[in-house]
Amino acid sequence: MAQPDATHPPENVVQMRKIVKRFPGVLANDHVDFELRRGEIHALLGENGAGKSTLMNILAGLYRPDSGSILVEGRPVNFATPRDAIRAGIGMIHQHFMLVPSQTVTENILLGLEEPRFRLQLARYDQRVAELGERFGMKVDPRARVWQLSVGEQQRVEILKMLYRGAEILIMDEPTAVLAPTEVEELFSILRAMTREGKSIIFISHKLHEVMAISDRITVLRRGRVTASNLNTHEVTRAELARLMVGREVIFSLDKKPVTPGEVVLKVEDLWAENDKGLPALRGVNLTVRQGEIVGLAGVAGNGQRELAEVITGLRKATRGRVFVSGEDITNRPVRQGIRRGVSHIPEDRTHVGSAPNLSVTDNVIMKNYNQPPISRGWILNAVAANGYAERLKKEYDIIVPTLQTPVRMLSGGNLQRVILAREISSQPTLMIAMQPTRGLDVGAIEGVHRLLLAQRENGAAILLISEELEELIDLSDRVVVIYEGKIMGEVSDGNVEEIGMMMTGIPQDAIRAGEADHDR
Amino acid sequence: MTDNLPARRNLLSRIPFQVILEPRLEEPPRWYPWFITILAVVIALLIGAVILALAGGNPWATYAHIGRAAFGNLGVLSDTMVKAIPLMIVGLACSLAFRMRIWNIGAEGQFFMGAFGASAVVLTPMLPADAPSWLFIPCMLIAGMLCGAIWGFIPGFLKAKFNVNEIISTLMMNYIAISWNNYWIFAVWTEGGFQMSRVFPRNAWLPRLTDFAAEVPLFRGLTTHFGLVLALVAAVIVWLILYRSQWGYEIRLVGDNPRAAHYAGISIGRNIVYVMMLSGALAGMAGMSEISGVVHRLQGAISPGYGFTGIIVAWLAKLNPLAVIPVSILFGALILAGREIQPSGIPKMMNGIILVCLIASDFLLRYRISITRRMEEE
Ligand SMILES: Nc1ncnc2c1ncn2[C@@H]1O[C@H](COP(=O)(O)OP(=O)(O)OP(=O)(O)O)[C@@H](O)[C@H]1O
Ligand SMILES: [Mg+2]
Repeated sequence: MAQPDATHPPENVVQMRKIVKRFPGVLANDHVDFELRRGEIHALLGENGAGKSTLMNILAGLYRPDSGSILVEGRPVNFATPRDAIRAGIGMIHQHFMLVPSQTVTENILLGLEEPRFRLQLARYDQRVAELGERFGMKVDPRARVWQLSVGEQQRVEILKMLYRGAEILIMDEPTAVLAPTEVEELFSILRAMTREGKSIIFISHKLHEVMAISDRITVLRRGRVTASNLNTHEVTRAELARLMVGREVIFSLDKKPVTPGEVVLKVEDLWAENDKGLPALRGVNLTVRQGEIVGLAGVAGNGQRELAEVITGLRKATRGRVFVSGEDITNRPVRQGIRRGVSHIPEDRTHVGSAPNLSVTDNVIMKNYNQPPISRGWILNAVAANGYAERLKKEYDIIVPTLQTPVRMLSGGNLQRVILAREISSQPTLMIAMQPTRGLDVGAIEGVHRLLLAQRENGAAILLISEELEELIDLSDRVVVIYEGKIMGEVSDGNVEEIGMMMTGIPQDAIRAGEADHDR
Repeated sequence: MTDNLPARRNLLSRIPFQVILEPRLEEPPRWYPWFITILAVVIALLIGAVILALAGGNPWATYAHIGRAAFGNLGVLSDTMVKAIPLMIVGLACSLAFRMRIWNIGAEGQFFMGAFGASAVVLTPMLPADAPSWLFIPCMLIAGMLCGAIWGFIPGFLKAKFNVNEIISTLMMNYIAISWNNYWIFAVWTEGGFQMSRVFPRNAWLPRLTDFAAEVPLFRGLTTHFGLVLALVAAVIVWLILYRSQWGYEIRLVGDNPRAAHYAGISIGRNIVYVMMLSGALAGMAGMSEISGVVHRLQGAISPGYGFTGIIVAWLAKLNPLAVIPVSILFGALILAGREIQPSGIPKMMNGIILVCLIASDFLLRYRISITRRMEEE
């Protein structure tokens, strides 16, 4: 919240001028200008692959620009490493946290610092960490081990790490993508506390409502260039922002045709399973999804959604219960059996499960059909057919890559998601388990994915949509089922948000309805 | 010591430039790894030259001598090839397994088992001593590869079923294989109490160039044997498997991200077993080719550590089956030069320097050195 007045013009703490960064085959930043005022939250918006992460990686000393200059506090700087950037007060929090799971919060924060040198007087530092946290309204137990923390808490540790190193400018690359809605609220209040202390923040997100809620000013990138800079947030609308990002009107409303659901495709009966720590994650789930139907699974993250998706697709063993696909019992059967039955799966974790980072785009899109003609011919993998197939998907799904031989680890977050979506949707699935399919996508792409899902539904696919975006769930789904601590709380088909919200906190539907009935009487 | 640090830093900060190592985030161009590899060899030769000069020798004369000793005429070139053949095949065995990130350190043992299997065909005897070549050689090849495959299967199976660390199990099985061989050499197939078997009949030998001296006089005395053809064919086959077959795709996927492979419906355990078997079979083939092409009998000293050198060869070839061929020839030359040059310490030293340089060069592929103007400090 910068307070500009006549005597003290607002001061730019960061000024990036004419930044150019070229990667083999792409111009990721094309003479980009960017400025950040002291005490403001500046949102950086843009389509997938627009060059946001690249620009911020340059500011944080991770990449070096091909040309252009950076001024911090009015002085020209030339960062060779992130360490230089931190010394100048710039800290970046990446989407993938870089913490040591087996160590405590304090140990992680001290890691790599010169102080303390030999003798770790942890108790003293624990105290400091706790104080620092309090100053910005962050509750963290300095002695907790990182693996015990939730994603939101880990993010707070990352923020503390930067604050401890004296960061005045904080870059957050899609910080809310991994957070549950309540955690987003907490993050926002932390960000506000930081700006009150005079820190400046750069905030990247694809979620326009978040940008509208938290930022003071906005800069928009498109294909490596600035299309709008330093907009005042309260002077623009979501639709305008969407147009600036995508370069065309974005339709927010969906055209959902009525489809009469057909036969039952997925049937889950009294399903039990354990999570990675060996604790029960699913406790007697019953669920059906029919042809031409989208069933939304709502719930706060970590209530068994991932485990359910994994058991259905054969990645995790059920301890009790049955899973049927098109009438065939596939409980605890090999993954391949499900794939043959037409089960496709968009996993939540796209880098560790959904893709092979060092293999090419082609190798990644053929993951599910490399053993089917025309890509396979007997033993042989037909490289020409595989490349042709990849080329087709690249066009159809607007995947932006220099060449099909590029390892997917070089793709921007959204483009990697498109690779996975392209692979899973183009297989014409009978059952699709889609987990957070729009996470990390820009507004235009989200619209595209929604269309694709609806098209699949019209084609008679059965879709189980797992998402933390309630709005998306209600818009797309024919029915919304709510999961809480591994149990199904109830089902809503009229988009009753309040009821869904109550069930998400663990109140079973019967109890809600009974309560209402009592009330009416 | 602690007190000196700030002082030193001040001194350093007066230099206006700093040299910084940063991890490479961008993909280097395709030619870069090979360029760096060749550069490393050249630098190694220069370092060697300096050391030779310091020791009072004439480096260029020495290099010329090494070159002559390894490549100087058809005769020594042929000998270089003879040394390179087992390295090629073992290098392929290791490349295949390493591609899937299965650390098969047991190529040495599989090599011995291959030699044993091939010898068993002759010595048991499974075939009459006057059986024709065209029957002997394929049988020996199959027996050798089979024994190697079994030796690969055991650690592969243990890994797939019980998650037994393959580095340890393959390493241990090397010792078992060598002892097993020794038992047969000492106790069963010993010839007159010596620690070696009788010489194989000629029709159990792989054909050598010199065998055709009657038709092509140039080949007189050249010992390069048919194993070279086996190695080249094997290299092409391994390349085809890796890059042009479904199975190879599975191997590469498992090697890059096992979780993604599982998600794609690929059975990781089964692939571990198959890859270990093929890797073992290749190492066994190397053993067979050495026995039948060079030694012509089973004895204790058939390998100066080919199974281990093969690991290095595979690494330097960056697990590319076709690159295994030239890398093996380079190593074959160094081994041979070690025999020819007096003192033999010099080629050994060169061997070591080249290795260190190559390993150091790998660092350049992952890190980038940048020299930058020092940042203004507050
Ligand atoms: N290390 C790299 N090597 C090669 N190309 C890269 C590299 N990093 C990014 N790119 C390319 O540069 C472009 C910009 O990528 P960047 O990650 O900055 O996009 P982004 O705006 O953050 O997108 P998203 O919203 O999808 O995360 C993309 O086309 C991407 O493929
Ligand atoms: Mg990004």
